[in-house]
Amino acid sequence: MSSPTPAHDDVVHSESFLRLLMRRQLSLSIACAATFLVALLGMPLLNYFAPAFMATRVAGFTLSWLILGVLFFPFVWIISYIFIKRSLRLEEDEVKDVRR
Amino acid sequence: MITPLALLGGVDPWIFGFSFLTVAVTLWMGFRSAKTSKTASDFFVAGRSVSVGWNASAISGEYLSAASFMGVAGMVMSSGYDALWYPVCYACGYLFLLLFIAGPLRRFGAYTIPDFAEGRFDSPLFRKIAVCFVLFIGFFYTMPQMKGAGVTLAYIFPGLPYWVGVVVVGAVITLNVALGGMKGITLVQAVQYWIKLFAISVPIFVLMAVVGFYNTQIGANLAPGETAPAVSSIERKPLVEKAPKDTAWIAPFGPLTTKAVTAAANALPAEQRADFLAEHQKPYSLLYTYSLIIALVCGTAGLPHILVRFYTNPDGVAAKKTTMWVMILIGVFYVFPPVFGVIGRNLLPELYSGVGAKGTDKIVLELPTLIGAKYGVVGSILSGITCAGAFAAFMSTFSGLLVSMTGALAHDVYGRMLRPQSRPAERMAAFKVAAVLIGGVAVTLGCFVEPLEINFMVGQAFAIAAASYFPLLFMSVWWRGMTMKGAATGMLTGGLCALGAAALTNLGTLALDKGPMGQVFAGFAPLNGFWAQHPLLRILCEQPAIWTVPLAITLMVVVSKATAAQVPTDIRMKMLVLHAPEKLGLKQEYIQEQQAGAGH
Repeated sequence: MSSPTPAHDDVVHSESFLRLLMRRQLSLSIACAATFLVALLGMPLLNYFAPAFMATRVAGFTLSWLILGVLFFPFVWIISYIFIKRSLRLEEDEVKDVRR
Repeated sequence: MITPLALLGGVDPWIFGFSFLTVAVTLWMGFRSAKTSKTASDFFVAGRSVSVGWNASAISGEYLSAASFMGVAGMVMSSGYDALWYPVCYACGYLFLLLFIAGPLRRFGAYTIPDFAEGRFDSPLFRKIAVCFVLFIGFFYTMPQMKGAGVTLAYIFPGLPYWVGVVVVGAVITLNVALGGMKGITLVQAVQYWIKLFAISVPIFVLMAVVGFYNTQIGANLAPGETAPAVSSIERKPLVEKAPKDTAWIAPFGPLTTKAVTAAANALPAEQRADFLAEHQKPYSLLYTYSLIIALVCGTAGLPHILVRFYTNPDGVAAKKTTMWVMILIGVFYVFPPVFGVIGRNLLPELYSGVGAKGTDKIVLELPTLIGAKYGVVGSILSGITCAGAFAAFMSTFSGLLVSMTGALAHDVYGRMLRPQSRPAERMAAFKVAAVLIGGVAVTLGCFVEPLEINFMVGQAFAIAAASYFPLLFMSVWWRGMTMKGAATGMLTGGLCALGAAALTNLGTLALDKGPMGQVFAGFAPLNGFWAQHPLLRILCEQPAIWTVPLAITLMVVVSKATAAQVPTDIRMKMLVLHAPEKLGLKQEYIQEQQAGAGH
């Protein structure tokens, strides 16, 4: 690893860089977590307030069973795929910002 | 010699053969790879250079325990819809790990959670506190694995008492770990994942092709508001008396989440029951559901034996990719176990009347034999395959837990606290003694838990992890104002409350048992009387996460604010190491500073 130049060092160790770094990563994480939590915590509410709707039959399953037992897994894969793509891009941007 | 031979009389050679092969291959692979690695780093985290694919398979292999393989199916059969929260949250909990913890934790570069606790707060004392929870969570997690072992052996050898299975399997795995360590376990665990996926999916596809698919099997059950089931072409056996009714089983807020309120209603005079149920049943079961979700989702992100594995990733980027692959691998797996539970309800309802090792927890093992009536030996072969999968499940998780717990005991308690000056040879000996000690305790605990459901017990381990390690990791990674005192107070209070609640619940349930355990724990019977008066307290005790997790986090914030002067002085550097991309090379700088600092 090449030894960092003094200018680069100042940027990396500055308070503003750390704040920016954490804020960017955290806001991405929170956005993804919020999407997930709305679905996860919303399910029991739907079951509670709309039991007849959730008991609708879809190809033999009840709607509620189909969502929780099957569809939930791919939903989470999509969130994690989007998160990883964005998070890796963020990291690259951060490296570029410092090196510039 | 007569007794063993008599036992072999009722043994199906196919089932025995497949199970034996799994055990033999696991042991052989463990020993073979034990020869190829030498250094201490190899011993603890397998040399830290494992590709994303292998690592993801290994994490999944270690994670899918007896609870996932046998317990989920058993619980879906006994409780219906509500049990689906378990597989869903077991898989989705990894999202929290991915979003908030995996990358930063790997960048920080400590071997274990106690290492992280010490490094983040510069406090050897805190390390000791953190070590305790490796053991607490570990023992709660080994009990269901031991039950899985007892149930499976009692199924393979009809007539064998439950405890013999626990002792035999426990002894074999303990010996394996004591002689081999974690060396090479990555490879073994990765292979175990694929064995488990094969063992759960192939038999269920064959079964579904013969008796009808997942959707039609569910369709045969009457949903609330229906007068006739959606599908009438499926053959069903009549339900026994103990089985829940169709409408309660298929709909949310069924027997699992309403148990406490039902028990309370039964303690009331008959004329008040209906009113009491109408008022309390649904709100309380909503509370139960949310508490369960919090425990499982947060708990996944705080399991010590899983987090250790993230250090075998070469960097934070690989750690994130690995987590995503783990979610895919275990998500695919978790679609299948509930199918066993659903078909089991329609075709093997007699298991509802069984207790302990003869109850619904063995549905995965027994269901494939039904094919035997039509296709002869195919039923035995498929049942042999699911038995092999069950062995892979409890062996891999039990070895993984044993390694982390033994590591904690040998590395932290012996190597750092009792005898810091011990030589490497003494430490290796200590590792072996610790393995035998912990294996012994796990087997003893395992003998007591036959009446408890496998899946429920694993849920308790998650609840303890959710109230201790999850707040610790989450807050230390994202909040720089954390102090050691804040972290310790929060983790200890939250974790111990969850631990106490889980233990009380189990003691109460064991006191209800009609077998020998009921007599052993009869002293705790008044507890059930108390809970019948206070169903809300029972739910908060059975599923404590909804109050312990916020309690832990609140304490962490309040105490840290009060002791704000004690925030580590180099906190900005620590935060940079946790969050800045590895390409900037901050980790190397940090290590150099630490070494320079040590010279003062």
